[in-house]
Amino acid sequence: MSAEPAGYGPTHELLTLNIGPHHPATHGVLRLIATLEGEVVRDIKPIIGYVHTGIEKTAEDKSYWKVIPVVERMDYLSYYFNAMAFCGAVETLLELEVPPRAQYLRVIHLELNRIMSHLVWLGTSALDLGAMSMFWYCFREREQILDLFEMSSGQRMHTRYIQVGGVIEDIPRGFANRLEKFLNVMPTRADQYADLLEKNEILLARLRGTCPLDEQTLLSLGVTGPLLRAAGNPWDLRKAAPYSSYDHFDFKIPVGTVGDNYDRFRVRHAELYESTKIIRQALDGLPEGPYITTDRKVALPPRHELATSMEALIHHFKLVTEGFRVPAGEVYYPIESPRGELGCFVRSDGSAKPARVHMRDPSFVNLQATAPMVRDSYIADLIATLAMIDPVLGGVDR
Amino acid sequence: MPDATGLELIAQELRDTDPGSVIGTLMFRGQATIEVDPAHVRTALKHLGGKGYTFLASLHGCDYYPDEPRLGVHYVMLDMKEVDRVTVKARVRVAEPRIPSVVDMFPGADYPEREAYDMFGVEFEGHPDLRRILMPEDYEGFPQRRDFPLGGEPVLFTYNEEQSYGRYQ
Repeated sequence: MSAEPAGYGPTHELLTLNIGPHHPATHGVLRLIATLEGEVVRDIKPIIGYVHTGIEKTAEDKSYWKVIPVVERMDYLSYYFNAMAFCGAVETLLELEVPPRAQYLRVIHLELNRIMSHLVWLGTSALDLGAMSMFWYCFREREQILDLFEMSSGQRMHTRYIQVGGVIEDIPRGFANRLEKFLNVMPTRADQYADLLEKNEILLARLRGTCPLDEQTLLSLGVTGPLLRAAGNPWDLRKAAPYSSYDHFDFKIPVGTVGDNYDRFRVRHAELYESTKIIRQALDGLPEGPYITTDRKVALPPRHELATSMEALIHHFKLVTEGFRVPAGEVYYPIESPRGELGCFVRSDGSAKPARVHMRDPSFVNLQATAPMVRDSYIADLIATLAMIDPVLGGVDR
Repeated sequence: MPDATGLELIAQELRDTDPGSVIGTLMFRGQATIEVDPAHVRTALKHLGGKGYTFLASLHGCDYYPDEPRLGVHYVMLDMKEVDRVTVKARVRVAEPRIPSVVDMFPGADYPEREAYDMFGVEFEGHPDLRRILMPEDYEGFPQRRDFPLGGEPVLFTYNEEQSYGRYQ
């Protein structure tokens, strides 16, 4: 036994290979420096920062309600979650009560967003593993979700739907019917994905038993979300610390057993069904009432009031020009995003602009698990593992 | 979250085991925060780990400009059994922004510590690879500090190219 690390010494020959930053299999602008011995990965260093846009700094110069569109652009596949984490933090600072209807509408859109994010993950991951047709099937369903987003908010991506105190608008007429149709079709589509993939010899060979990582190591690395659940730990903030009425719904937390790539795939696939179940319950039990708080110091007054009420006009003017002031203090508001714990830290100095906004993005923390996962496995498994980690580089770099 | 009494009990135990470590406690909007002396941050986190707060959920920096000590480092510790969070906060002076690294206790603190160094210039002593992570390697300055202008550096044209630190020689 020599004192040298594995892969070093006179009998070994190491090759340093650069992958990315512009490589389709890295799912974004991620650069990997892999140290290879033959086809075996001995070490890997992810290099990030290529799409750093300084959103946290930008947010410090905007009034609270104008921060929402910029934080949505961090993790560009889970924009509802970014907005939810930020608005949740600001609502905690304001001690603001969110009406039940707004909470349910948030849940409907958050879970639609989770399905949408998982569909992009499933389609692109299958593409990496050589299953081209999956990409088109997944994007077919994703398109339906984006149409729903467009219907309720006017935008397909970065919708600015979730506001401090509620949501920007009630769902329009016809939305419920269309959502119902989608909810009927989604589980059968998920069955079809399973039929396509689960009996596919190539996919099974590339996922089953590759690059497992045990629960303890994942916890020490700060990994949360489907990756941790695949290793058997049922940690999910929707169950553990319910926010936005998640305790009203009946759903299960899918968990894996060994924490290999196959478990990671199965956990996310099972979440498609659970999210569909949550949306159906939220749609059926949608309470009546306001869709945004009636506190005029925070939320804009309804348009029709502006013509008749001086008060409403003053509130509207103050909110649009200066924005609302938030009591000084610091809060950390965590939610369960499709990739794990998304925590928003907001520090207020009492003015109408936040003094610090920080997103604990799950992709950023989870990316650290890449090297322990792929060490001493084949380079082909590195590609499969990276796909199963599902990092979104917009969230990593912010 | 522990209630105000629970937080005081934890803080008092920490004071007893490691005198001079606790600077203050704060309950705000139901969230517990212990402010500790930066030199004692490792013992504080170890003590909380013994109480069940074993998971480092988030590590982030913060600038308290113009108050001194200006730079803050926050450690959000999570107890997954009791579903409970305590934030440990340490503040360092901008003239001497040094704080012990916790990467050996929490390997997941690697990237977040590098991010705090990159954005605020907090130096984590004992970090195995303390380099910039999001900004370019040759970047000067710490952009998330409150006295760093939002516009950053001017856009380069021919007339002002000589002002650029990385100008073509």
